[in-house]
Amino acid sequence: MIAFVLRRLASAVPTLFIVVTISFFLMRFAPGGPFNLERPLPPATMENLVRTYQLDQPLWRQYATYVSNAVTGDFGPSYVYKDNSVAELIGKGLPYSMELGFYALLLALIGGVAMGTVAALRQNSALDFGIMSLATVGTTVPNFVVGPVLTLIFAIVLSWLPAGGWGDGSLRFLILPMIALALPQLAVFARLTRGSMIEALHADHIRTVRAYGLPSRVVVVTHAMRGAMLPVVSYLAPCAAALLTGSAVVETIFTIPGVGRYFVLGAINRDYTLVMGTVILIAIFVIVFNLLVDILYGLLDPRVRHD
Amino acid sequence: MTDIAANPLNEPPKTVSRSLFQLALIRFRRNRAAMAGCVTLLLIALFSFLGPLFVPHTYDQVFPSYVTIPPSLQPRPDVSTLQEVMDGVAARARVKLEAFRVEGQAFTATISSDEPIDPRATRYFDRANEFRDTKVEATENDGRVLKLSGQVNREYFPFGTDSNGRDLLARVMLGGQISIAVGLLASLVSLGIGVLYGATSGYIGGRVDNVMMRFVEILYSLPFVFLVVVLVVFFGRSFVLIFLVIGAVEWLDMARIVRGQTLALKRREFVGAAQALGLTDWQIIRRHIIPNTIGPVIVFVTVVVPKVILLESFLSFLGLGVQAPLTSWGALISEGANNIQSAPWLLIFPSIFFVATLFSLNFVGDGLRDAFDPKDR
Repeated sequence: MIAFVLRRLASAVPTLFIVVTISFFLMRFAPGGPFNLERPLPPATMENLVRTYQLDQPLWRQYATYVSNAVTGDFGPSYVYKDNSVAELIGKGLPYSMELGFYALLLALIGGVAMGTVAALRQNSALDFGIMSLATVGTTVPNFVVGPVLTLIFAIVLSWLPAGGWGDGSLRFLILPMIALALPQLAVFARLTRGSMIEALHADHIRTVRAYGLPSRVVVVTHAMRGAMLPVVSYLAPCAAALLTGSAVVETIFTIPGVGRYFVLGAINRDYTLVMGTVILIAIFVIVFNLLVDILYGLLDPRVRHD
Repeated sequence: MTDIAANPLNEPPKTVSRSLFQLALIRFRRNRAAMAGCVTLLLIALFSFLGPLFVPHTYDQVFPSYVTIPPSLQPRPDVSTLQEVMDGVAARARVKLEAFRVEGQAFTATISSDEPIDPRATRYFDRANEFRDTKVEATENDGRVLKLSGQVNREYFPFGTDSNGRDLLARVMLGGQISIAVGLLASLVSLGIGVLYGATSGYIGGRVDNVMMRFVEILYSLPFVFLVVVLVVFFGRSFVLIFLVIGAVEWLDMARIVRGQTLALKRREFVGAAQALGLTDWQIIRRHIIPNTIGPVIVFVTVVVPKVILLESFLSFLGLGVQAPLTSWGALISEGANNIQSAPWLLIFPSIFFVATLFSLNFVGDGLRDAFDPKDR
């Protein structure tokens, strides 16, 4: 196991390197640049900016500079958010996004698995139908609709909760964005759990433990659940990476100072260094969570072995 | 005996044998919810693709006098508005309006004056936007009373109009065409690539699995917006490209899920038996691994379809997807979400069709899952 983890961590280095390389050149092939504004800058200013940020160097040299700086932890200055380095921007925003994303992930995972299990146990009943309908609505209604609707109901009409902002970081401020963020994922977890739970409940070993007379709660929670969690855990990795690195839509609607906005804003503004920062951030999250999930597979289903 | 042992399939069985597909079809037909879902999907498809033939307005036709009007089954303008317009016309023609009636797309009016009326006064009526083809039907009292008839320009907007004065009904139909096409094609692309890739990676395992999964991680981390922009720059903006790009992004989750299932499946007894019988890797993947992953795969497809349709609207928002006046459900919904307080129908109508489509799709998906499940005979 330790050898497996070490091998995977070692393979993360070339993976990251390839991600950085492809992203760097991909970004530069796209038309437009960080200083091509709607009102063109005076040529002298433009020249100075380009020289300051070394954008006049040949592309391969810029790439070499970027990589050698990045290895030492220097991800360069942001082109659009002046006076801020990319590391500062991400370092400031990430805790907000991660805290919100963590709660949303918890809500989606626990809520989704619980709902899916209940639906599977009462297969084809009205309860099953109701839960699955809710899950369908959850996957269907995009969070740019859920967000404004939630704000309208709970913040404006009922004025129970604040409409946005981080405030003092208390739960009151987090509830609405958390729901908007978690709802689509919760629905996916519920659907995946229901499907595989129905299959797991029909498995031979479940019939055996039932025949032993184990209480139904034990059968479901400790025996059936283990086998049924495989697809859920598979989806957990991309889902966790996406939630913990924030969402542009939800952070914009609820004015949360996280990093999710930078994914879209960086790309739209052609803020090259910021884009590279977000790319590396998401790559690290994806790699780490995929590794965790591969370890979890072995714990859930002893038949899975990593040779 | 040797004959039979060598060639067991030559002996015709007593009962009619059914292929996996035939069995699935029979079981699917028995599933009421799934069949109802199929019918609904068919109806929505007919609505989107054949509906425009029955709607007099096109999706890009602008009605400047009907901007952001709420949905109504009554024709517009309504009778009281027409009455006002008619009063104005009569005043301009210097005649007295005795009677005025509107029936459907036609109107009749009786006008009178102290002097005989010149029949050319009908031009005053035609000059108003609302009326046309005004004719003199009868003359009474030496031309002092004229009975007129003509056509009224009345429009039906059962879904209302958007902020540019375009008929929402026609736009929902067009959006349906594009969203259904994108949703279906992109999901099939992601389904095909994801299942094959995941099953192969998981089944072969070892170093191959390691490399294949690192490739997935790389694709995950690439900045999606730039991927699309660069593709659009190289290949030009096209409809095919949109769903290729979306399909190319959405297969990653599918591949991870199928691989996870495969890792557990490949240690199962039936796979060992198939290996002992000398089946090739590809045969085992195709006949034994993939059919057994069908449960999570179908569930995930029903999740991918709405994701794909909404992702398309994000591309449109970035100016890379379909562009106005063309539209899609995703684009209509995001437009509606911006006007949620002033014009809720802009959100409600496209959402109804979107949600109805996905509901039916889920029932069809669950039906397919049950029908194709190899463990449930």
